[in-house]
Amino acid sequence: MGFTIAEKIWNNHKVFNINSKEDLIYIDLHLLHEVNTPQAFDILRNKNLKVRQPNLTIGTEDHNTPTQSIDKIIDNPVGLHQINMLRKNCAEFNIPLYRLGEPGQGIVHVIAPELGLTRPGMTIACCDSHTCTQGAFGTLAFGIGTTQVAHILATQTLALHLFKKMVITINNQLQNGITAKDLALTIISKIGVFGGKGYIVEYRGEAIMNMSMEARMTLCNMSIEFGAYTSIIAPDETTFLYLKKSANIEPYIFEEQVEHWRTLQSDKDAIFDKEVILDASTITSHVSWGTNPSQSVPLTGCIPNLESFATEELRKEAELSLDYMKLQPGTAMRDIPIDVVFVGSCTNGRIEDLRIVSEILKGHKVSKTVDMIIVPGSFAVRQQAIAEGLDKIFYEAGADFRSLAGCSMCVGLNDDKLKENHRSASTTNRSFQGRQGKGSFTHIVSPPVAAATAIMGRLASPADLID
Amino acid sequence: MQKFTIHRGYAIPLKLSNVDTDQIIPAKFCVGSSKFGHEKALFSHWREDPQFVLNKKEHGKASILIAGDAFGIGSSREYAVWALQNYGFKVIIASGYGDIFYNNALANGLLTIILPLSFIKNLWDLIEQFPNTEVTIDLLTQKVQALHLNHLFIIDEHIRERLLTAMDMIDCTLENIHNIIAYEKKHFKTCEK
Repeated sequence: MGFTIAEKIWNNHKVFNINSKEDLIYIDLHLLHEVNTPQAFDILRNKNLKVRQPNLTIGTEDHNTPTQSIDKIIDNPVGLHQINMLRKNCAEFNIPLYRLGEPGQGIVHVIAPELGLTRPGMTIACCDSHTCTQGAFGTLAFGIGTTQVAHILATQTLALHLFKKMVITINNQLQNGITAKDLALTIISKIGVFGGKGYIVEYRGEAIMNMSMEARMTLCNMSIEFGAYTSIIAPDETTFLYLKKSANIEPYIFEEQVEHWRTLQSDKDAIFDKEVILDASTITSHVSWGTNPSQSVPLTGCIPNLESFATEELRKEAELSLDYMKLQPGTAMRDIPIDVVFVGSCTNGRIEDLRIVSEILKGHKVSKTVDMIIVPGSFAVRQQAIAEGLDKIFYEAGADFRSLAGCSMCVGLNDDKLKENHRSASTTNRSFQGRQGKGSFTHIVSPPVAAATAIMGRLASPADLID
Repeated sequence: MQKFTIHRGYAIPLKLSNVDTDQIIPAKFCVGSSKFGHEKALFSHWREDPQFVLNKKEHGKASILIAGDAFGIGSSREYAVWALQNYGFKVIIASGYGDIFYNNALANGLLTIILPLSFIKNLWDLIEQFPNTEVTIDLLTQKVQALHLNHLFIIDEHIRERLLTAMDMIDCTLENIHNIIAYEKKHFKTCEK
């Protein structure tokens, strides 16, 4: 019996078997941000320990950083405290840190691939649930808690429980204008917020092969939203081309690396515990209507009637969601007015996302009833957007293209918050109650839907602009 | 982290599934650099509603939280566990947990028990009718008991051992540091190739 790519990487990183349920796994790259790490360094100090491999560790400031101006960092003393803690801790333990406003800085899941740090066959961990994003490069990447951060800092390893294997095969191609985000929302709506629990999920199939690295990252990013342990896509020519530009490896060594990376495929006779098969050509723009990411429908559809839910539990969940969202069953999604459009986050804050948004905004104006905020996922994304003139398109359309990169309104830890009773269309990953601001409502959308919605003032697709 | 053997206390029925960690503690309260002092932030948005179950006088002294399915999904913030502990919770009962939350809870000695939803519903009914019911959670016998209701729970034997002895995972791994050193020698050689 053959091995899956996840099993191959896992076995390569197994230091030893702890017990019948857990292995001790070596971590090749450990990523830190300011919010979930201060206590981990305290654990280290209390035990009088050093960071075992500071050169395999990097930090970035992303969660509670301002996006308008670096001076505003002092307006958020609580956030600044955590930023200063990270600066102090990284300095004390010799960990490289990408500070706000400096090249290399950005959302942790955006910068690691950009800096060429994320490479096939690696194990990666970060104190953030969206670490699964990195699986797009054929890595095993794990979102962890603060105590586990301390464990890696001290030992460069993680005690991980064994996993089940799922494969999601996406046959055929996505239609024009349909994105990895729509695919991710479709998958989550089919298998539910808990359907991936315990599984490392491998995505494969024609639609995946045709995706850019940015799109693959978007898809892998959302795997935590159906509870997956993590997710992975086998590396291919698209991956190698991206790494050739980002990884800064000597050409002759790079070719050797590629030869090794090519072996990182699931064997033909590898057995998965579960398989899900989808036809990409049937997938349309998806938007969420509820307070968890599984509650989504095609944009052309309506909020489901309560009778349509298969179980009493799901019906009750939907009722609670709609009560919070102040929406009625049967409402056409395209009739839902939107106050704020947010483009950004580790899901859709990359250059490709900004290009898509600019193409749609070009020659249009953002509706007078809408505030549109575009926050680059990284310093480099912003530089590239300016180099391509996207900033001018955003400006002319009336969108607010922010000058600093970070998580921003996805998590609402800086001053980019939604006001109470305001409704957003966001290219983010979670529509949880109050996530973008207390008493606010979030609809998760793809970048093209975000752009069209900003112009129309209601949930809309680019096709609606032509009508 | 304290050793866990047996806990007797009052319970609170949180009759909801898919409770994400943004609800347990909204991001704006994930502040400071301490594991302590987060009790006021626990379920802070929901606690603004006087009818929310945590605000009910009869559940004022609860130390056991009984939720539905998929408790603690979403964000990896360990503040969720600290806020629950700071408030006074010693045990969570649910029919399933988000993976990262589950790991975080165990790392801090917060016992997270998995029981079938059918039994959880019976517990909810009982607690609602008699809020002063004492609930006993015994990790040695792996049993939950409340008046006439009782149920055995399954917990991984290694996790159980860790909770019973308050084992520190870092210390435990460092005892095997020679294995890590040996692995690194081999691993870095392969990486250099």
